[in-house]
Amino acid sequence: MTPLLETRDVGKTFGSVVALRGVSMTVERGGVTCVLGDNGAGKSTLIKILSGVHAPDSGTYLVDGEPVRFGSPREALDRGIATVYQDLAMIPLMSVWRNFFLGSEPPARGPSRALGGFDVATAKRVAREELRRMGIDIRDVDQPVGTLSGGERQSVAIARAVHFGARVLILDEPTSALGVKQAGVVLRYIAQARDRGLGVVFITHNPHHAYPVGDRFLLLNRGAGLGEYGKADIGRDELTSLMAGGAELDELAHELRRTDTPS
Amino acid sequence: MTAVTGDERVADPGRLRRLLIRPELGSVVGAIVVFAFFSGQSAVFRSVDGVANWLDPASTLGVMAVAIALLMIGGEFDLSAGVLTGTCGLVLVTLATRAGWNVWAAMLAGLAVALLVGFVNGLLVVRTKLPSFIVTLGTFLMLQGLNLGVTKALTGTVQVSGLRHAAGYDGARAVLAGSVTLGGTGFRVAILWWVAVTALATWVLTRTRAGNWVFAVGGNEQAARAVGVPAARVKIALFMTTAGAAWLVGSILALRFTSVQANAGIGQEFIFIIAAVIGGCLLTGGYGSPVGAAIGAVIFGMADKGIVFAGWDADWFKFFLGAMLLLATLANRLVRRYAEEVRR
Ligand SMILES: Nc1ncnc2c1ncn2[C@@H]1O[C@H](COP(=O)(O)OP(=O)(O)OP(=O)(O)O)[C@@H](O)[C@H]1O
Ligand SMILES: [Mg+2]
Repeated sequence: MTPLLETRDVGKTFGSVVALRGVSMTVERGGVTCVLGDNGAGKSTLIKILSGVHAPDSGTYLVDGEPVRFGSPREALDRGIATVYQDLAMIPLMSVWRNFFLGSEPPARGPSRALGGFDVATAKRVAREELRRMGIDIRDVDQPVGTLSGGERQSVAIARAVHFGARVLILDEPTSALGVKQAGVVLRYIAQARDRGLGVVFITHNPHHAYPVGDRFLLLNRGAGLGEYGKADIGRDELTSLMAGGAELDELAHELRRTDTPS
Repeated sequence: MTAVTGDERVADPGRLRRLLIRPELGSVVGAIVVFAFFSGQSAVFRSVDGVANWLDPASTLGVMAVAIALLMIGGEFDLSAGVLTGTCGLVLVTLATRAGWNVWAAMLAGLAVALLVGFVNGLLVVRTKLPSFIVTLGTFLMLQGLNLGVTKALTGTVQVSGLRHAAGYDGARAVLAGSVTLGGTGFRVAILWWVAVTALATWVLTRTRAGNWVFAVGGNEQAARAVGVPAARVKIALFMTTAGAAWLVGSILALRFTSVQANAGIGQEFIFIIAAVIGGCLLTGGYGSPVGAAIGAVIFGMADKGIVFAGWDADWFKFFLGAMLLLATLANRLVRRYAEEVRR
């Protein structure tokens, strides 16, 4: 089966800065590809290529097996590639259902359609159903998005992308600002989206968030891929130590132990 | 699961909160308090005649307050709206009396002028990205100068008058500035216009795509653009709506008094904004209600006439204005804290 997305040796330079070089990855239907790496490793640059913000300077980017060159995020969106950024593009004072349909409001049935009427009842019902289908339990779709927790808001954004036909969901550090419990909530929705057959690209610093949901793990270090691993090929500890640079972590642990123990 | 109990704990205050953050709440409470207060001071105030009396200033103010509320929900201000009512009246009376135009045609010309001013306001705001406070302060001063300068140049005085004798006057007056008698009391037709404008604004805001976009551009313009909302078009349309309301009010007042002073409408712009704020509009945009603004206008109608009925000096009205504004803004800030509070 051809993968939904694939990159072959893509690279990107900004002036003299080589942000990304020779990175290959794949995203399968119903699979979660985690992109891990330290700060400045090139994670955001890679997903900006996937979502059409940047075009790669070298290598090829394939969607459904055919090479593409996106000129804008809109073109990527039209191919079903949706990106949920940390700052979400939601309006805190507007209700959940208004946010859910903002920009794509269902037109009213009946005469008010011609006047730009908007089918409020359907919008509320669909928003509620769609959230429930993702396993998101929001009691009241009338409540302002600003009153939701960070994890819930992240989940609403995911549900919205899924509803509007996303086949690939790209999430840039959706869990980085969240506590343990809320991160768990978001991870559950990532799994939900995967189970509905979407391909997911999940960017994170945190191997403990990546490991439980991930099927493949792409490790980036200083702009270069350290390789793409399937879940069977790599254990959680190995992933953690690869990410942090194993030797460095051992050294750090050693250092911390000495200062912690009173003599 | 623990996650679920954690969420349920917030559910109950959430319901209370929703009731408290109805944007109209403050204005309804305020209207009840002000009505009770002046009813205690004067028996005429609470009679049917009294009600008809204070609903009259409330209606013209209300049409403007509702339009300004839409604009404020969309995140902008318009300081030129008051003086624009005068401009529209001057255009109407001048064309009908000095150029011999039919009143209806003169009104259409006034509408064209108003929509042009609104369009220019909107275009300047979206193109320059300057605060609308500054842009419309500029148009406010320019219109003020034009109103006086042109009137003086044409008439040698600071007013135009004589609309009564123009062709089409009686019909236009009946539609915009007449009265209907209900149970022996004459109510101004303007009250019907005010109710109609409020109902239309509410429908557009809550039941149309455009309304959703108004909330969105006022709440977070960047985010609204990111999901494909035509933010610039929405804002320009809002400025033109405000200008259209100024035309309606300017025409109503010109037909009622048959003359217009060159300084008409100046100083009203803040009262429109205050009525909208009392009605629950946040100064920062993205939140508010046309019904609230209409009730805010009722409060001002009651205070305006109530002070007279109670036999006080009209100067107290300004004091009242300031006190209401402070109270309303403080109440709104609490609301915003509630609504926008971010849990983690
Ligand atoms: N537009 C740009 N112009 C110049 N340099 C850039 C640009 N975007 C990214 N870079 C550089 O490319 C490198 C990779 O950045 P990128 O944002 O992809 O890292 P990241 O892995 O997302 O880091 P973080 O975890 O901090 O978000 C960095 O050195 C960064 O300074
Ligand atoms: Mg990044």
